[in-house]
Amino acid sequence: MSVSAAGIRFEAVSHGFDDQPVLRGIDLHLTERRIGIVGANGSGKSTLARMINGLVTPTSGTVTVNGLDVRRQAKLVRREVGFIFTNPDNQIVMPTVQEDVAFTLRRRGLTPDEIEARTIEALERFGLTALADRPAHRLSGGQKQLLALAAVLVAGPSIVVADEPTTLLDARNTRLITGLLVSLTQQVIVVTHDLEVLDGFDRVIVIDEGRVVADDAPSVALSAYLALLS
Amino acid sequence: MIGLYRPGTSLLHRAPALLKLGLLAVAMVVVGLVADPLVLAGELVVVVALYAVAGIPPPAAWPQIGPILWILVFAVPVQVLVAGGSVEGWTTAGLMAGRLLVAVALAALFTLTTTVTAVLEAFQLLLRPFRRWVDADRVGLLVALAIRCIPLVAEIVHEVLDARRARGAQGSLVALAVPVVVRSLYAADAIGEALAARGLDD
Repeated sequence: MSVSAAGIRFEAVSHGFDDQPVLRGIDLHLTERRIGIVGANGSGKSTLARMINGLVTPTSGTVTVNGLDVRRQAKLVRREVGFIFTNPDNQIVMPTVQEDVAFTLRRRGLTPDEIEARTIEALERFGLTALADRPAHRLSGGQKQLLALAAVLVAGPSIVVADEPTTLLDARNTRLITGLLVSLTQQVIVVTHDLEVLDGFDRVIVIDEGRVVADDAPSVALSAYLALLS
Repeated sequence: MIGLYRPGTSLLHRAPALLKLGLLAVAMVVVGLVADPLVLAGELVVVVALYAVAGIPPPAAWPQIGPILWILVFAVPVQVLVAGGSVEGWTTAGLMAGRLLVAVALAALFTLTTTVTAVLEAFQLLLRPFRRWVDADRVGLLVALAIRCIPLVAEIVHEVLDARRARGAQGSLVALAVPVVVRSLYAADAIGEALAARGLDD
């Protein structure tokens, strides 16, 4: 794979209807390890994030991930990109914590022993070992988001996209989940309203009314964002 | 089935789900055919022993078995009355009560010692002969999602009821059903999205 193919690339991406565009003429090349996306409700930032793993297909333009066209190779792209949703409840499929993490590894040609070993390792990593046999739907909000992280990362994606992962969490769990996201070896892209989450990030992109209005180091981009609010 | 599983390492926990399911079916037939109260009493002892082997304490077993006792409180006198209050009447009623108790206790034991994953795998094994017509994986996923959606929909109903109370509204059934259905459909969309993101998009 050539160097230029690495990372996430948006080329002339637009989305929505003519009279109601969601995103307009987005050109981005995302290669930094920690990238934040901020913007008002309805600015199009969630749509932008969903285009990275093909949950939303742009009406025009192309998105590529490590050289793979998201439109045509969505399945391969989704193995590269792990996605964390705002509401972890929607991500839980299986009744218990351990079963839900193991669920990610189904249909990947792994033996039951391999699945169990990798599941146990992931539970350990996210401090969920003691909850392994608990019913997943009875966990607290913070624990559910931890489970979502474990269930996504057990598959070993190279990129993690998180769409407002801390919006439903209290301050303490926000800090916990943020700390874990920042500690990942993967490239991490976080859509957020919690500006503290972006401390120490490499790059912040500000979306407003479907366009990129600022794209810079966090300090510069966030002042532009705050200026937009006033 | 949801959240009832009690983790453990006993023989009953380790036995293959399909074997347990098969034995459960056989036991149900046998219990249904028993006509001797002594044999039935023996079966009750065996059930208690099985719970002991599985390491299920009475407080965990009670919520599963308790409700059937309430039914028996009514069903047994009715049975006796129907039989005219004779000795045979009492025997028939006792047999019926014992059969129900054994059947429910055994079924509960299966639920308490078997994970949903194991049940799904058993399903898939059972469906294997039909794989030309049925995608066992997909059926397994369908069952898993159906089980998963019970607490989810229960929570939605709960929240809608709360919201109604907060606004002081005493709505009709339609006023409850509409928001529940709408929110369930939204949740279904979101779950579909999450499934696709987790690689189950075909």
